Amino acid sequence: MPEVQVRKKFTAVEEIFHEGGPVSCVPLRRAAALAVIRNPFAGAYVKEISGFMDDLKPLGLEMARALVVALGGDAKVVEGYGKGAIVGAAGELEHGALWHVPGGYAMREILGDAKAIVASTKKVGSPGTRLDVPITHINASYVRSHFDAMEVGLADAPRSDEILLALVMTTGPRVHARVGGLKASEIKGEDGLR
Amino acid sequence: MKASIRKIATFVEETRNEMGRTIAPPTRRAAAVAVIENPYAGKYVEDLSELMLIGEELGELLTLRAVAALGIPPTSVESYGKAAAVGENGEIEHAAAILHPKLGAPVRKVLGGGAALIPSSKKRGGLGVVLDIPLGHKDAAFVRSHFDSMEVRVNDAPRGNEIMVAVAVTDSGRPLARVGGLAKHQIKGEDGLR
Repeated sequence: MPEVQVRKKFTAVEEIFHEGGPVSCVPLRRAAALAVIRNPFAGAYVKEISGFMDDLKPLGLEMARALVVALGGDAKVVEGYGKGAIVGAAGELEHGALWHVPGGYAMREILGDAKAIVASTKKVGSPGTRLDVPITHINASYVRSHFDAMEVGLADAPRSDEILLALVMTTGPRVHARVGGLKASEIKGEDGLR
Repeated sequence: MKASIRKIATFVEETRNEMGRTIAPPTRRAAAVAVIENPYAGKYVEDLSELMLIGEELGELLTLRAVAALGIPPTSVESYGKAAAVGENGEIEHAAAILHPKLGAPVRKVLGGGAALIPSSKKRGGLGVVLDIPLGHKDAAFVRSHFDSMEVRVNDAPRGNEIMVAVAVTDSGRPLARVGGLAKHQIKGEDGLR
């Protein structure tokens, strides 16, 4: 399979102190790592593409490590995660699906034994397209306080023959979470759901 | 702390390849953005000195954040810029009060210098408004390779009673600069211009 060619990388960190309510003693932090790569399958229908997932594994690990560094260097602070991709106009949605395995397993590997499925979203778009990357708790998908999302995007990507890949990690619940449901303190940790 | 800060976002962009050419070392730039309460929202106030003091405070805080995100010594910063976006219940003059009277001195103190004007932009806008932060060489405003800008946006800001304040720094000029003009090795450094 073709080599992974990275045009640019981008890191965003948000530190949220409040949203009109009481100031949190520990601010919520969200971080996103983006990489803009050349889409080796742009412009034509290519039947066999799945081998590219293996090629993306080192990039996934590099981005997952960069997120932990952006959040202070300790993987233990990470409580939520998500992933996404925006495929440039000369590609197809299926090219974005190539990111599920290398993106998701990279984060689970870096975070130790994260049990929950990594929430994800993807679309075909143009430079400047925004993507709302969904976020759920890393060990139990039903933890309601950790349902969140982070908007990402770049003014100049993806060009039509590119794919924008995204990984997101967060350090806690929404800053004023108060709509009930399963709490992080109640996680059983058996099935990745509850 | 004079400013009431709701959130701080930092962004790092690293360009490794442009038009098939490897950028070595990659060009890198970072921005830090604070979302603060506008103490003068919804009313005309003649004396804007509180915002000037907030500008002074944010000049230091945001420069420290942006330089830390870039991971370089402050003295290695090559270009800089600043910008503000005022929510719908404020005036453009509120952005001016933050940016112009007092914000620059602490920026230069953190960087250990900066003879050139800090280029700036400002606007009023709604949530998710895009700020294009102009960039210029910190020692000589005429260095053409460093005329640039960095786009930032925060999807949930500025709310009507808020102001977004941004400082950007770089370790480099444009990725493939080749339109002539004053080069950085030709800086005389006497007047902040050449």
